[in-house]
Amino acid sequence: MDLFLQLTLAGLAIGSIYACVALAVVMIYQATDHFNFAQGEMAMFSTFVAWALFQATGSIWLAFVLAVAASFIAGIIIERVIVKPVESAPVFNQIIVFIGLLMIFNNLAGWFWEHTTKTLPSLFPEDMGFESTLISSHNLGVIVFTLALLLVVFLFFKFTKVGLAMKAAAANPDSARLVGVSVGWMLALGWGLASAIGAVGGVLVAPIVFLEPNMMSGVLLYGFAGALFGGVNSPGGAVAGGLIVGVLENWARQYVPGGSELGLTFALVLIVGVLMFKPAGLFGRVVVKRV
Amino acid sequence: MIRPNALTPKLVLSFGALVVLGCIVPLIVEDYDSYQITVAFSYGIAILGLNILTGYNGQFSIGHSAFFAIGAYTAAIMITHFGWHPYATLPFVAIAAFMVGFLFGFPALRLEGLYLALATFALAVATPQILKVDALEEWTGGVQGLFFDKPDPIMGGMSIDQSLYYVTWIVFVVLMALTWALLHSRSGRAIMAIRDNPIAASTMGINTALYKTTTFGISAMFAGLGGAFFAFANAFVSPDTFNFFIAVYLLVGSVVGGIVSIPGALLGGLFYVFGQEYAEEVSNLSELIPPPWVTFGIFLILMMYFAPFGIWGLIERGMARLKRPSSS
Repeated sequence: MDLFLQLTLAGLAIGSIYACVALAVVMIYQATDHFNFAQGEMAMFSTFVAWALFQATGSIWLAFVLAVAASFIAGIIIERVIVKPVESAPVFNQIIVFIGLLMIFNNLAGWFWEHTTKTLPSLFPEDMGFESTLISSHNLGVIVFTLALLLVVFLFFKFTKVGLAMKAAAANPDSARLVGVSVGWMLALGWGLASAIGAVGGVLVAPIVFLEPNMMSGVLLYGFAGALFGGVNSPGGAVAGGLIVGVLENWARQYVPGGSELGLTFALVLIVGVLMFKPAGLFGRVVVKRV
Repeated sequence: MIRPNALTPKLVLSFGALVVLGCIVPLIVEDYDSYQITVAFSYGIAILGLNILTGYNGQFSIGHSAFFAIGAYTAAIMITHFGWHPYATLPFVAIAAFMVGFLFGFPALRLEGLYLALATFALAVATPQILKVDALEEWTGGVQGLFFDKPDPIMGGMSIDQSLYYVTWIVFVVLMALTWALLHSRSGRAIMAIRDNPIAASTMGINTALYKTTTFGISAMFAGLGGAFFAFANAFVSPDTFNFFIAVYLLVGSVVGGIVSIPGALLGGLFYVFGQEYAEEVSNLSELIPPPWVTFGIFLILMMYFAPFGIWGLIERGMARLKRPSSS
């Protein structure tokens, strides 16, 4: 029973990181109808920036805040400068631009910081004030922190003017433009937020996996799986999906024979399965297209 | 640019000249260069498959490294475990890769472009892990992979590398010709109609599901054949050779060469190998020059802005411009 609880809690911790990535993916998907395949590499790069800032300042929290802020600004710049020119181009061109970004960030990280693995300390103190064998302090911190973050994001979209404008721009760009929302800038803001959330996910996952240029490709895959599982047009669903995928993955690793070496295959099966049998996901709505 | 060229004497002549040119190359270059060009051809064959799928049928794949791996491993397993002659494995490689591609094409049917890209992305990321699984280690060699000998020369007086070069080149050329024939057939018109307007195509009585899965299968088959030649040229296969980035690089080669073209596949394969080597040399000159794939990433994005049809698209546009004054 203890093992089961340990697995579940660790699954929730890693799942909340997948939830961050899934949320980042869904935010861009809702606004632009595209999956940002570079999301993982952008988050990885942000994490390296956090690492470099940590080396320079010695404070992990300061490094974290600065890296997230930098990622937010970088996300906006990337949207305005690189993605905007292909905004109305065919899907193909956009996917290729994302692939280009993926290559650039992956190889830039290797170039700046080399391919050796680095360790990034946890944001959370070792001593959490009580004893527990069920969950590590980092994992507990991750769960609490991401839940708080997701609550903030939820409130932002529900109650602030900018958040509402962003939702409007994503849901119906033409009408939003008519009532004076600057749709282009809302898109850019969405990119900024997505890359900031991705950066949070990266910094939280770095103490669990090792910090190296390819660390996020697996996490991004689980993030995609979570997003699809929960429903690509439902941010809340994406978060739930991320958590569920994290827990399921941890269970599968322990209880399915050969599961420990097939984590990514599990994500593949999940993605293909969801797409085949329930493309809208658990919480998404079915999109009906007029032809 | 959107449809392949018509069968004109000029096309036949230039294709013949290309074939002959390809045959002369190994006589004048070193064995190592022959080996490198063979590798470029193997990528080119896979890229040709990608061009059929994406350029002509409008389906996406960022997971062709998986089919590349299936081809390489099918060949390697038949050679090492059953003692087959490398070239004798090719029909089975083609069948295996086609089957897997065809089956993967089924979920792909329900998926619009983007979701297909996602599913293939997942496939590519998971592939090395599947190849390493303990349960299959007896067959796949696990993390270490499988080693074997390069195929013997097909004729006396040829070196091993020259011989492999010729076989690869002949297969590549035949596949290019077959692709051209396919695209010019009734099926080819159906394939392109699905790309241009799927709804109109199905209204015209085209079985879009069948064509899409079959095209996916054919594309995977080409990638598998490319993978087999890649394995022959290197004389070994290992899981991490077929990581997700191979899929990315194949896509880059395809885009740079010209994704809606047949000769673009050759250009793309050559670019993959020699572009990378050249960029590597340039980046070694100074600390300040980024490594090749950063440069290529930037290059790729710029191409999407200015030349989405790649090098071959630029060549065709240039030729059309040269022709115009005389015809008007």
